[in-house]
Amino acid sequence: MLDGRGAVGRKASWRLFLSGGWLVLIALLAVAAPLISPHDPLEQDLFAGRLPPIWMDGADPAYLLGTDSLGRDVLSRIIHGSRVALTVALIAGLATGFVGSALGLLAGTLRGRTDLVISRLVDIWMAFPPVLFAILLIAVLGTGLSSIVIAIVVIDWTRFCRVVRAEAMNQSKMDYIASAVVAGQGRAGILWREIGPNVLPTIVALLTLEMGIAVIVEAILSFVNLSISTDAPTWGGMIAEGRTAVYQAWWVLVFPLVVLFLTVLSFSQLGEGLKDRFDPVLR
Amino acid sequence: MSAFLTIRNLSAMLRGGTQRVLRSVDLSVEAGEVRGLVGESGAGKSMIGKAVLGILPSAVTVVEGEILLDGKNLLAMPQKERRRTIGAVAALIPQDPLTALNPTRRIGRQITDRLVDILGWSKADAHARALQLLHEVQIENPERVMASYPHELSGGMRQRVLIASAFAANPKMIIADEPTTALDVTVQKQILKLIREMQARHGTAMLFVTHDLGVVSKVCQKLSVLYSGKVVEDRAVSDFFAAPGHAYSKALLAATPKYTDPFASLLPVDEAVIAAVDEEVKAADREWRHG
Repeated sequence: MLDGRGAVGRKASWRLFLSGGWLVLIALLAVAAPLISPHDPLEQDLFAGRLPPIWMDGADPAYLLGTDSLGRDVLSRIIHGSRVALTVALIAGLATGFVGSALGLLAGTLRGRTDLVISRLVDIWMAFPPVLFAILLIAVLGTGLSSIVIAIVVIDWTRFCRVVRAEAMNQSKMDYIASAVVAGQGRAGILWREIGPNVLPTIVALLTLEMGIAVIVEAILSFVNLSISTDAPTWGGMIAEGRTAVYQAWWVLVFPLVVLFLTVLSFSQLGEGLKDRFDPVLR
Repeated sequence: MSAFLTIRNLSAMLRGGTQRVLRSVDLSVEAGEVRGLVGESGAGKSMIGKAVLGILPSAVTVVEGEILLDGKNLLAMPQKERRRTIGAVAALIPQDPLTALNPTRRIGRQITDRLVDILGWSKADAHARALQLLHEVQIENPERVMASYPHELSGGMRQRVLIASAFAANPKMIIADEPTTALDVTVQKQILKLIREMQARHGTAMLFVTHDLGVVSKVCQKLSVLYSGKVVEDRAVSDFFAAPGHAYSKALLAATPKYTDPFASLLPVDEAVIAAVDEEVKAADREWRHG
């Protein structure tokens, strides 16, 4: 029993350590981008185009991960791209989580007509193909950071709403809610004290997942050139540019892709790790 | 002595249904008295307790009758006032100790919160009261238990905490909804003894919902037997065990396994008895519809 618990604890902390470590690294890169990136991410050097990464023949030691077709430094562009990615992850993730969870909690605890309206809205919403919906929204709102955040919130609030609603309904059926009602606890008190804390682990797990999704959505939009602005370095934009020259300069595509992959993976693993660690029911 | 809880002619229906789930229930509990409420699964025993406490599931609606708690008609009050009235005098000992405590909050806070927030006690008073009650329910290290989370306690410990919590605000009426069903047999016995002691010490009236006639004989003074939402028998426990009045209760009693003869084969309730009591329920329904 004790051993089993210990093993779970250790596994969870490895997961937390690795995913958290990667995200902290990316966050540091984002904050200190102008200080640590070896080159200006926008600076072109047409004579140094498509230089390979440092360990390959013909590399220039000044460009660790090589350069793209226009001679821009891949490493510096990845570092600067993390700023957009993390900003979108944080703001869009939190905003989506807030909107979706609030609606889900309302639907799950009030039930009745409120639930009916919110649930049908979710059903209708989910019938839209999300990427198309996003592109449509950006087309209407125009490109830019706030448009991307709005688009992600508008598309993805249903993810929180559904899960949080179901969890709130589950919790509402528990005897401790009945006891609270008998004792005369008001609706707000029950929501805040009894249901809220018990739904929180679910929200946190979803939140980290959502941050990963936000990074992907931003990359998708950059890929189709609908993100920030065309010349600002974004991971999705780099992947799009790298795609055209993948046979001549694979590194332009692969490095941002790997960073993107690890970041999204870390977000989801962070959520799992936190849930393992802090959910009192699993503990 | 006048009854502390009186239920008169209470009928309830499932929303959108045509059948009653509670059929003109009459029942009373006097101050300081324990009334057992027995019946098979689905007979509506818990439903009566929930109706009194105002926590019926939303699919069930009361269609007629009255519930008088401490002389006040609960069903005639607006929701807010009803909540206040119930909270002031009644409490619940729930069935399943595993889901009856909020897993994210410490035991101490769960006991004291309602004293502080709803009844306006000072924090120190509430803390002292919680300690005293945990002591009364024979928890050895009350300070430590108050600082624990529910998952750190065993099922029996949690049920003790729930009993302490139910008695915390000095209620005059406690609804115990099968408080021992989810526990194993050895713990059941201790918890029953504890509930009886606490009830006697505090002089609380109690409605004890159970399907176990053995439990009734140990804790209750009065007994109502419920079949399909209808009270088929209502008498003192001592009379009941001497000579049950209704054929159904007689069969129910005969079906209870006996310690004195553990190898006797168990008797199912006779089909003819079931048919007769079913007929009785139908007759009552006909009368109700026309009356």
